[in-house]
Amino acid sequence: MSQSNIMPGFRPTIGFTLIYLALIVLIPLSAMLLKTFQLSLDEYWAILTDPRVLASFRVSFGSALIAAAFSGIFGFIIAWTLVRYPFPGKKLFDALIDLPFALPTAVAGIVLAAIYEPKGWIGKLVMEAFGIQIAYKPLGIVFALIFIGLPFVVRTIEPVLQEFDKAMEEAAASLGATRLQTFVKVILPNILPAAITGFALAFARGVGEYGSVIFIAGNMPYVSEIVPLLIITKLEQYDYAGATAIGLTMLLISFLLLLSVNGLQWWVRRRSGQL
Amino acid sequence: MSIVLKNISKRFGAFSALNNINLDIPDGDLVALLGPSGCGKTTLLRIIAGLEQADQGDVFLRGDNVTDKSVKNRHIGFVFQHYALFRHMTVFDNIAFGLRVKPHKDRPSEAVIRKLVHDLLNLVQLDWLHDRFPDQLSGGQRQRIALARALAVQPSVLLLDEPFGALDASVRKDLRLWLRHLHHELNVTTIFVTHDQEEAMEVASQIVVLNKGKIEQKGTPSEIYDSPSNDFVSHFIGQTNVFDLQKGDSVWLKSAGIVLDDAEGITAHVRPHHIGVEKLADSSASPIVLKDWQHLGATIRLELINEALNNPTKTIFAEMPSDQFKQLDLNKGDKVSLFIKHAHWFNLAKPEVPEAAADFYI
Repeated sequence: MSQSNIMPGFRPTIGFTLIYLALIVLIPLSAMLLKTFQLSLDEYWAILTDPRVLASFRVSFGSALIAAAFSGIFGFIIAWTLVRYPFPGKKLFDALIDLPFALPTAVAGIVLAAIYEPKGWIGKLVMEAFGIQIAYKPLGIVFALIFIGLPFVVRTIEPVLQEFDKAMEEAAASLGATRLQTFVKVILPNILPAAITGFALAFARGVGEYGSVIFIAGNMPYVSEIVPLLIITKLEQYDYAGATAIGLTMLLISFLLLLSVNGLQWWVRRRSGQL
Repeated sequence: MSIVLKNISKRFGAFSALNNINLDIPDGDLVALLGPSGCGKTTLLRIIAGLEQADQGDVFLRGDNVTDKSVKNRHIGFVFQHYALFRHMTVFDNIAFGLRVKPHKDRPSEAVIRKLVHDLLNLVQLDWLHDRFPDQLSGGQRQRIALARALAVQPSVLLLDEPFGALDASVRKDLRLWLRHLHHELNVTTIFVTHDQEEAMEVASQIVVLNKGKIEQKGTPSEIYDSPSNDFVSHFIGQTNVFDLQKGDSVWLKSAGIVLDDAEGITAHVRPHHIGVEKLADSSASPIVLKDWQHLGATIRLELINEALNNPTKTIFAEMPSDQFKQLDLNKGDKVSLFIKHAHWFNLAKPEVPEAAADFYI
């Protein structure tokens, strides 16, 4: 660091960053790793391949993926509306988007369950009209995760849309592009990296979400039991090694998925000259 | 006529941006829409393009009334002030865009597109940049790519919104000349918007001067410069000295060689190079003193203080070739006499342009 910078402080800031990472992230995670090592490989494998555990992995990752996809689409539309159109109460609406960040997730879960249960306000209508039950089914998990994940998508896409040069749309139209062509070929590629980031955040949050899901999921083993709940169950049975084994596996899968999302992100940016 | 505008008006809220604009532009012209900022020139260009809708009036392109057609169907080429290149596409893909979005039956094959795009890139002399992204180009290069992109769809009308506004001075100078040559080569009817009168004079074959949503004058650069139709145009095009007879500049003007017959309520506009300067002895009674001078290259600008004058700064600007300035051997503080070779008169019902006696000295 012989280069002279206007702002000093590489050493203290990198020091702080490393200590912070160690205290808050690395040490707890390695403790989990160590605890898992109390198990032999066979025991570890037996815990993981337990049908109930496998089913919960399917439920957790499947519903998080579906919810993140829907959050991506809905979030894009909402961000578009907020950026592009003036309407009365826009500021209030904009503030409401962040509410799921602040609300205790358990409260959200209870409210969602009350509304979407077969006798709830909306749940009843859907039940009568389509015969579909939302709450206490895997569908309920997806609903809760969309609620939780949406603000991530809106907040990541919004600034990028704001910055988007509308003259590009006008240029596309002047060159003879239809509205659909303009959207697909000009707007979408510019928004895609932000949309992928939003999707990844919503997904990561969805996989780890506990509070709002357990109230609406019904928590039926093999059907609507999520991994975090299974971990809690194991803890309550004083099966610490089993709980950490599942936790570690979940961590690994999440890490790999996020890594591949980042890879996709890198590829999209590179292909579109944003790197 | 390539472009005809009939009674175009446009308001933004209470602000009247354009007021009954009528304009005919013949095929193959290179026209500058010139005016100060806020005069409505960009709005007018966007209305011609279909990016903005006029509140009233009609737009005809090649004889067709396109007033209700969207920009997509007007077959115009539009170049934006800040280029508006597609950031996520290479230079090649940017230029090919207009060809690739054509409906299936009109779309050329990829091989034809490739040839057309490279031809255009050669036309703007940037073929070597075809695989770069816009962010990797300089401002001047981006603007040329934007022009190539607009030309790819073979528009019958090319519209440029302050095309050189965001470029630095030396690049701007090169591109002006380049645009003029390109226009000679392609002969596409072209309108460009500018607030820079020098740019308009240098590039355009016709200039339309706009002010406060109205057309003040339309003509060739020499018509506009040599016979401005009103005091706004005279003031806006080139530098000018303003003398107000009502405020009592008449005595001095008479002595500087201007004939003042029935001179009620008129102003005289005198270009700096229409003022001759003669050096006088220090003992002379002339009220005019050389305060300062600036070297502008081939010409010298003299800043003269005239105590007999009624404008607040009492300053007159005169210009002369630098050779002549050397011969005169003038120094700061020298007393001089002036003679006015030519003046434009305004605020009369019928503006007249009297020729003053060129050999009259104070």
